[in-house]
Amino acid sequence: MVSLLRNQKVRNALLQVLYVGSLAAMILACVMIARRNLAEQGITSGFDFLYKSTGWDVNFSLLPATANDPYWWFFLIGIVNTLFLGGTGLILATIVGTIVGLARTSANELARLLGRTYVDIFRNIPLILQVFFWYALITHLPTPRAAHEAFGMLLTSRGLYVPIPNVGGIAFAAAILAVIAAIALPLWLGRTSRLSQPFGERLGIQLASAATALATAAVILALGRLPDVPMLDFPALQGLNLQGGLRIPPEFSALAIAIAIYGGSYIAEIVRGGFKAVGKGQMEAAQSVGLSPWRVFTLVRLPLALRAMLPILANQYVWLMKATTMGIAVGFTDFFMIVALTINHSGQTLEAIGILMGGFLAINLSLAAVFNRINKAIALKGNQLRG
Amino acid sequence: MEMVVVAPPAPGRLEDLKRRFFATPLQALLSLISLAIMAFIVWKLLNWAVFSAVFTVSGGPEACQAAAGACWSVIAARWRIILFGLYPFEEQWRSALACVAVVVMTVLSCMPAFWTGRRIALVWGTGTGLYYVLMKGGVLGLPYVGEEAWGGLALTLFIFVTTCLIGFPLAICLALLRRSDLPWISRTTGLIIDGVRSLPLISILFTFAVVLPFALPQWLQGDKLYRVILGSALFFSAYQAEIVRGGMQGVPAGQEEAAMALGMSYWQRIGRIVLPQAMRNALPATINQFVISFKETSLVVIVGFFEILASGNAAYGTGEWRFAYVEVYAFIAFIYFVFVFSLSRYGAYLERRMAVGER
Repeated sequence: MVSLLRNQKVRNALLQVLYVGSLAAMILACVMIARRNLAEQGITSGFDFLYKSTGWDVNFSLLPATANDPYWWFFLIGIVNTLFLGGTGLILATIVGTIVGLARTSANELARLLGRTYVDIFRNIPLILQVFFWYALITHLPTPRAAHEAFGMLLTSRGLYVPIPNVGGIAFAAAILAVIAAIALPLWLGRTSRLSQPFGERLGIQLASAATALATAAVILALGRLPDVPMLDFPALQGLNLQGGLRIPPEFSALAIAIAIYGGSYIAEIVRGGFKAVGKGQMEAAQSVGLSPWRVFTLVRLPLALRAMLPILANQYVWLMKATTMGIAVGFTDFFMIVALTINHSGQTLEAIGILMGGFLAINLSLAAVFNRINKAIALKGNQLRG
Repeated sequence: MEMVVVAPPAPGRLEDLKRRFFATPLQALLSLISLAIMAFIVWKLLNWAVFSAVFTVSGGPEACQAAAGACWSVIAARWRIILFGLYPFEEQWRSALACVAVVVMTVLSCMPAFWTGRRIALVWGTGTGLYYVLMKGGVLGLPYVGEEAWGGLALTLFIFVTTCLIGFPLAICLALLRRSDLPWISRTTGLIIDGVRSLPLISILFTFAVVLPFALPQWLQGDKLYRVILGSALFFSAYQAEIVRGGMQGVPAGQEEAAMALGMSYWQRIGRIVLPQAMRNALPATINQFVISFKETSLVVIVGFFEILASGNAAYGTGEWRFAYVEVYAFIAFIYFVFVFSLSRYGAYLERRMAVGER
């Protein structure tokens, strides 16, 4: 027996079996105990509960939801809410981060100071504190009767009311796509090598494409317009409450603002790092071949900086997605809050935790996969890699 | 013929300003915009926080609410609850002293003189022990105060310190296991680390606080506070393990091979050759992780602990101070800012200091 233990191979195999085995045994024991405890409370394990109706309601949902809907539908609502909040926060944070990051790399000392102050303040205060702050601020706004008004929007303690166009859902979505195209087309035309014109002489085509896309959007909106109502639906006071317009609940805006500001301060640092990573020689070379400052920026500095930023940015986005779970602090029904409510109401603890893990794994992995694709697509090939 | 060398005129103050801020029209515009933004914010902030603010409690909440600026009286009236939570009033000096012990411990461990395994363990052991005795009492004539009464800043610091204290050794273990030559050990550990990293911290805290009591036998459950600390330490260690592993990868392979050639055992190689160099490589990222986990202690408010954020909510949430939420949050934000900013500045200083050695 002892001589067997002296054998390196046997010892290694034994060690591995012991390690994996004890971990597996621990997890198994936990699951067994949990199942027994839950069974004592009359909760049968299994995923049958997914088809039962919940009996409770959610306060925010992009999909139609009632208390009669089954659990699996609520989980879907949670995931959609998380993705919607995460997506909004991610876009806003990227905009904020880009502006602040550019300020931090600017040649102007005052702009740099401003950017640095922003980053130092908002990076060093916990996100959840900022969420609480914005939530308190919004819910302490005046009641609908005394609402602040700006550009047809109403700021009240019940949320932000914005005017929406009175058009059908499909037409609205199509118009949004057209507006996105109006931004994306000129950018793509400016970079593609499929046009015969040289890069400097494309302004006309770019402007024309943007104008066409915007015109298309306008036509779609005009065609999809609902009959017999004004083009824009403005929120207005009726009785004690507000009617019309689109209500953005305080929970959502507080979270989106906090994620935008906090995430923006992190993204600003990533943007700054990306620009710092661009070799000085590259820019000097671009200047010495006679490119204008704007084109040095768009053709040399920005593309190189983007490549340096992207992997870190991907990590940050995954982090921001996970940060949406703060929703539970202010009562926004994101995926995690739905899971927590499910555990409270149905007692299906193990299954709900499993769904939670699976959901976040799926979200994180798909985000990572998308960014890996982008990263690979824009990676510099061959000898361009030299710094 | 004599050459006359004339030095270029030293730039006057005005010219210097002009060169720095108004070199081109674009720069001038940018400077003016930045200046305007700064002046606006600074003026508004000063006006709110200092000039029109109320500092004394004498007028009571009503007088305070009428003021145009900040109402700092809420802090004057409620600072004890924010800092100490529900800790018994006469014993709050202990809570304050415990906070000081933790701060001193952190400052000491930032000094290079304490950067040996034994000394740092001694400092952290003493600091945490002191904190625990002071807070819990029951010995040396100090009345006993149970964990459920701990709160405010003291609880925040306790969670942070114990998270690091448990998480750091765990992180080194995980990193070593993941680096193991035995494929099944490294794979399983990798799965654990990546699994924990892919989950949000809140979900882990929730699992440890609410779900774990179902899955553990009675005698293993312990207090909710310690379960949550364990969860937070697990999360910390999963991230820190990757940092330590990154640091180990930065140690040239020749170092370990040379140690092996000298006949050193595994533990000697790890303890004397690899880890010291790896920790040096990993130090900036480690400080950053400490900063992040300090901020993340605030998440325990969600699983129902009375730490500084929750006690802040309570401080303005009751009755007459309901309107003064901005001041309370500003106060808590300032406390966090002081801790986090000094830690991250220290990290930046360390990074510069180490860069000197590498040139």
